[in-house]
Amino acid sequence: MKRHLLSIDDLTPDDIAMLFATAAEMHDVQHRQVKKLPALRGRTVINLFFEDSTRTRSSFEIAGKWLSADTINITGKGSSASKGESLRDTVLTIAAMGVDALVMRHGASGAAHQVSQWVDAAVVNAGDGTHEHPSQALLDAYTLQRRLGSLEGRHVVLVGDLTHSRVFRSNVACLTLLGAEVTVVAPPTLMPSGVAGWAAAAGFATSYDLDEVLPRADAVMMLRVQRERMSGGFFPSAREYTIGYGLTRERLAVLGPDVPICHPGPMNRGLEIAADAADAAQSAVLEQVSAGVAVRMSILYHLLAGDES
Amino acid sequence: MSAPSTPDPVGETPPGTTEPARVVLDARDITRALTRISHEILERNKGAADLVLLGIPSRGVPLAHRIAAGIAAVEGVEVPVGGLDVTMYRDDLRRHPARGPQHTVLPPGGVDGRTVVLVDDVLYSGRTVRAALDAMKDLGRPDVVRLAVLVDRGHRELPIRADHVGKNLPSARTERVMVRLSETDGLEQVSIA
Repeated sequence: MKRHLLSIDDLTPDDIAMLFATAAEMHDVQHRQVKKLPALRGRTVINLFFEDSTRTRSSFEIAGKWLSADTINITGKGSSASKGESLRDTVLTIAAMGVDALVMRHGASGAAHQVSQWVDAAVVNAGDGTHEHPSQALLDAYTLQRRLGSLEGRHVVLVGDLTHSRVFRSNVACLTLLGAEVTVVAPPTLMPSGVAGWAAAAGFATSYDLDEVLPRADAVMMLRVQRERMSGGFFPSAREYTIGYGLTRERLAVLGPDVPICHPGPMNRGLEIAADAADAAQSAVLEQVSAGVAVRMSILYHLLAGDES
Repeated sequence: MSAPSTPDPVGETPPGTTEPARVVLDARDITRALTRISHEILERNKGAADLVLLGIPSRGVPLAHRIAAGIAAVEGVEVPVGGLDVTMYRDDLRRHPARGPQHTVLPPGGVDGRTVVLVDDVLYSGRTVRAALDAMKDLGRPDVVRLAVLVDRGHRELPIRADHVGKNLPSARTERVMVRLSETDGLEQVSIA
């Protein structure tokens, strides 16, 4: 494995298999009375979040703590960044304190990559703009693999706001790397421009018609409609989006009872996913959250536990 | 790996040369050693009450299962068997590229208040056993912890000793002791090279 985790492209299928095998062992720790492993004792992990996050940040924090690392959270609001300090000065200052890993979320695509060239610490991209969110893709694939056995040849349908979604980008890369057939479904206005060429190169399918694709799905991944990244005008109304692309009660009935439903959260209930679907027995939403801790423990372990040479 | 049967004295392989491996225990020797260990454990524990066998992956786990089978044959009691991975607890974790942990399986009754026998293939520096004792501390509090190994090759670096030993095998630090078991390696022998 490489020294940083910036993109799914940094990983080989063997790396992913190793990360998942370790994550499965970490999963067991979650059910122990003593949720503590000594592997990262004396290591320091900084969560540097310039954008809002609940689950990713707390999940990295718990992951670090269960591995005995010292984890510290720094958020954009209330940090020197809000006083006008540049990103470079902020990370160099933090790095100078002697940190071993920097888990970073930033609104600019490529920010984590840039930071990895400034500091010696291992950098984990926890979301950069609309670019990538590799740990989310890994935990999604891990969750689906536990449900489906293997992803090889299985048909995974991603639905939602693809233009603004870093989760989508990382997920398509991760799922196709693991041999899944991927179809991405979105209204034309939320389909990234130039998606056709990209789809041909990366080997996934695109569609505007959810009802045509859904009966062939082995797994469904609903993406969040990111209102905060939209300047409006992508669809006429929330109701219209739900009618065309929401996982409604009617569409839930089309899915087989064993087809897992994923959502990276936070969910807009009633918009992209109906409460019936979110709370259905086949919903994997809470499994994703607990898998998130296990997968992030595995990531931190493999980046930090061994010899760096 | 080749395994000629010509025996030569222990420890005479000059370091740095690639002498063919010498077999010190064959399949029947291993079976006899494990049978004896099963009896010793029962004798020491005065029966199978409260016993738990925890193998250290990878080869300690099949050995623990075999010892449990031996105990079942003598005493007619199924002793709980588990596996205890120590990767995360090793003191040399930082010296090697990160290795993935192996499976830890705790028997349903846990280890609290039990007599735990740790089982491993080779006892060498003692660092694996130290790591195992640390790992156990996070899983519960046994009344007694004992150690059974198939081979004790000496060169301890910590104040640790085995309670039950299949074979004491004096060795040079430059030599490699290799345990091969049918469950993990498709072959049944202990050799030194």
